[in-house]
Amino acid sequence: MIDLNKNYDVIVVGGGHNGLICATYLAKSGRKVLVIEANQSLGGASATSEFSDQFSVSSCAHWLFQLNPDVASDMGLNKQGLELAARDLNTIALAEDGNHLIIDGDELEGAGISDEDRVAFVAFNKQILKFSKLLSGAFNRRAPKLVEGNLTDRITLAKLGLGMKMLGKADMSDLMRLALINIYDVMEENFDNDLLKAAISLDSLLGSHMGPRSPNTVYGYLYRRMGDIYGFNGPAVVKGGMGAVGEAMAKAARASGVDIEVDTAVSKINIDIDRATGVTLADGRVVDSGLVVSNADPKTTFNKLVGLTNIETGIARRVKSVRMKGDAAKLHIALDSLPTFTGLSEKQVGQRLLIAPTMNYIEKAFNHSKYGEYSTAPAMDISIPTTHDASLAPAGKHVMSVIVQFTPYELKGGWNDENKEAFKQLVIDRIADYAPDLKDKIVASELLTPADLEERFHIHGGHWHHGEISLDQILTMRPFPGASQYGTSVDGLFLCGAGTHPGGGVMGLAGHNAAKEIIKRGKSA
Amino acid sequence: MIPHNETMMLKTPFYSRCLAACEINMWEDWKGYTTPQAYTSVEQEYFAVRSNTGVFDISPMIKYRFTGPDAGAYLNRLVTRDIRKIGVGRVAYTVWCDDNGQVMDDGTIFHLAENDYRLCAYARCLDWLMWSAEGFDVTIVDETAEVAALAVQGPTSCAIFKNMGFDGIENLKPFGLTRYPFEGSEVMISRTGFTGDLGYEIWVDPSLAETFWDRLFEAGKHREIRPIGGHALEMLRTEAGFVQAGVDFIPAEESVRTGRSRSPFELGLGWLVSFDKPVFNGRKALLKEKKEGSRYAFVYLDVEGNKPAEYAFIYDGDKQVGTVTTAAWCPTAKTNIAFAQVDAKYGKPGQELVTEIYYDRELKWTRVMAKCTVIESAVFNPPRKRQTPAPDF
Repeated sequence: MIDLNKNYDVIVVGGGHNGLICATYLAKSGRKVLVIEANQSLGGASATSEFSDQFSVSSCAHWLFQLNPDVASDMGLNKQGLELAARDLNTIALAEDGNHLIIDGDELEGAGISDEDRVAFVAFNKQILKFSKLLSGAFNRRAPKLVEGNLTDRITLAKLGLGMKMLGKADMSDLMRLALINIYDVMEENFDNDLLKAAISLDSLLGSHMGPRSPNTVYGYLYRRMGDIYGFNGPAVVKGGMGAVGEAMAKAARASGVDIEVDTAVSKINIDIDRATGVTLADGRVVDSGLVVSNADPKTTFNKLVGLTNIETGIARRVKSVRMKGDAAKLHIALDSLPTFTGLSEKQVGQRLLIAPTMNYIEKAFNHSKYGEYSTAPAMDISIPTTHDASLAPAGKHVMSVIVQFTPYELKGGWNDENKEAFKQLVIDRIADYAPDLKDKIVASELLTPADLEERFHIHGGHWHHGEISLDQILTMRPFPGASQYGTSVDGLFLCGAGTHPGGGVMGLAGHNAAKEIIKRGKSA
Repeated sequence: MIPHNETMMLKTPFYSRCLAACEINMWEDWKGYTTPQAYTSVEQEYFAVRSNTGVFDISPMIKYRFTGPDAGAYLNRLVTRDIRKIGVGRVAYTVWCDDNGQVMDDGTIFHLAENDYRLCAYARCLDWLMWSAEGFDVTIVDETAEVAALAVQGPTSCAIFKNMGFDGIENLKPFGLTRYPFEGSEVMISRTGFTGDLGYEIWVDPSLAETFWDRLFEAGKHREIRPIGGHALEMLRTEAGFVQAGVDFIPAEESVRTGRSRSPFELGLGWLVSFDKPVFNGRKALLKEKKEGSRYAFVYLDVEGNKPAEYAFIYDGDKQVGTVTTAAWCPTAKTNIAFAQVDAKYGKPGQELVTEIYYDRELKWTRVMAKCTVIESAVFNPPRKRQTPAPDF
């Protein structure tokens, strides 16, 4: 609740997980903090919603695999009731003939995998995790500016540099080589098995507007594998859906003294020439504060809340240039009973299932979206959380959650009911190629295109990461130069969302780092 | 559209008249247009402006038009001056900066009508203008080729216009603009210029350019009207104390090396910066500079002797403290003037420095260490520049 007599030190615009994390750290530092969230539920894209009578699903992110353990522990998420229904799941790359590839940590099974590939996979993982580990040193702190020579930044840079040296000559030159090429070439270098190459490729680009042959996909993969550094050995299913993460974080925030107002949209961040002074709510109320922290993505923050006319041209130009067009849709299916996937046991159906038979399949799917078409054979990441958590559906019934990769944000001719329905049927048909009895079991279904995700979660472009995770938009370039250390050109206005360093995914470090930076700046913030 | 692929050098709407008058055939490239550097003799042209009237074809000047409900707000964010104070029918000299408070260009804004402005600039900058338009309801058009323009400058300029039938032109105040019917259309006249003298600039449709030129020279033939080229203008603007983009500063977007651009304060143009208005490009950086101090100071120098201190180093004792950007012997003021950039702690009016001037006499190079004094303002500033009604000579 908003307490107008409280003289808030900080208003956090948006109660996504990063906003809640940032708010909690700030409250713990003694600041009076208010979080204002437009939606009813907290957690942002870490959400659960009922899409059909008594059927609920994680409506945006559906796996937990990157949550930073320090943040989780500082927030006391376990104490606040966060439970995992399953963790360290296998990834199963589906083959139409039922000869699937099972990826269990370093182990590979099925799909006629060769001994050479098994050995190569162990070595590949080892090297990738070495690189991810190196990067992780820069993830839990602000991105270092390269020019100004600030001591904190120099230490971060020195750590990165030294870390690279410590990789040894072979790995160091490999990292510098790999970081700039694409995952397709790296896969061709390392493996023979098509399903394996495609599964890793898909992981490198999920949620982005890239194909396996796009540059930056190797970085995308290192980013994804950060979860391994944070103690995940495969994805986890959250009890109650991903919304439970948001709820636990909200509880932690409230326990630290944060006021939270839901179902209240901020229409404007108020600025008195140079300085943010608070916010104006959609209902016209004005709430003043010392600082405003925006959990919204950079485009929403500057285009809508600040207004491009209230910032200088150079910044407006940079905001405009941030690449953030989402390319992933969510399909939710309510099922009368568990579908049968050819070649999978009932237990295996609860693992992470991928539909991406070859790298070229993914690349071709990407081609469509490049030209504003939806893919006729999209790549997919499937979760049936009810195999681990019965609470999401009526007894004996199930929900299926599918990330449909290569669903353009801007469809030629626009998204309307007709083409949404056509695309949904196409996706269902495609899954039915692997699970023949699927269609008989469907009770209800819902497709959320990136445009729908934008509307529901207030994310410009419907991009999970609030901006493409690519070399031109990481570290000191995230979200753009001049706003890379959470502060912005508007004094007293900070960013704390996935659009800032290190980036998106339910990781929590953006919110953590933003809070640390605000605390560090103290009165000068 | 300008057919660049068919035309090496563009011709201004006055080209036929310039060509006929250009006795010595000296031409230069001004933003893609071929324009005379001099018509007969630079000195004669210079003195035409100071004693009678000189006519300079300014058609190549880059001209942008801004219309729409946000045009004023847009320009106010773009430039450093407070445009809200520039009423309809007024013109304002201003600079505009990048986010770092570095000058991108200087020019004039004409408030033509409600929600209708023209910006005259040295450099093309449509990309920057378009980037700046994000979020504003404003339409921006490059109308460089759609408007023909002449500077008509000098003590007899007002009288010549009266001869042309522009009744009441003497009542136009400096930086004011007005319109007269002309050949079934209209001519816009502003009391503006780059010579520091009494003078006007006229703006007509290109189809009327030649007619206007002919009528103007007919009306001025008994008052020694004469076309002038770029070289004479250079002397005139130096005497008048006007800085020139590309000469006295490098436009921020054109500079390649860090530290080569300059802020308004460093160009002596701090008076153009208004902190009393909402956010504008460079505001934050300029506030910081105002608080923490500038790197450089812009100064006018009165240099001993008569050798122009072109490209000269400036010393305080043995220490090199700056360089000259513009230098000329100014015939009317009878002063050897130089514009210079010096380190910020130098340049207080009255301060004495030394310029190192090189000159040659028949391939024998000589160096003089000429004393110079920092002076407060430009050396040519006659009352007629400001008088309203404008005097008749």
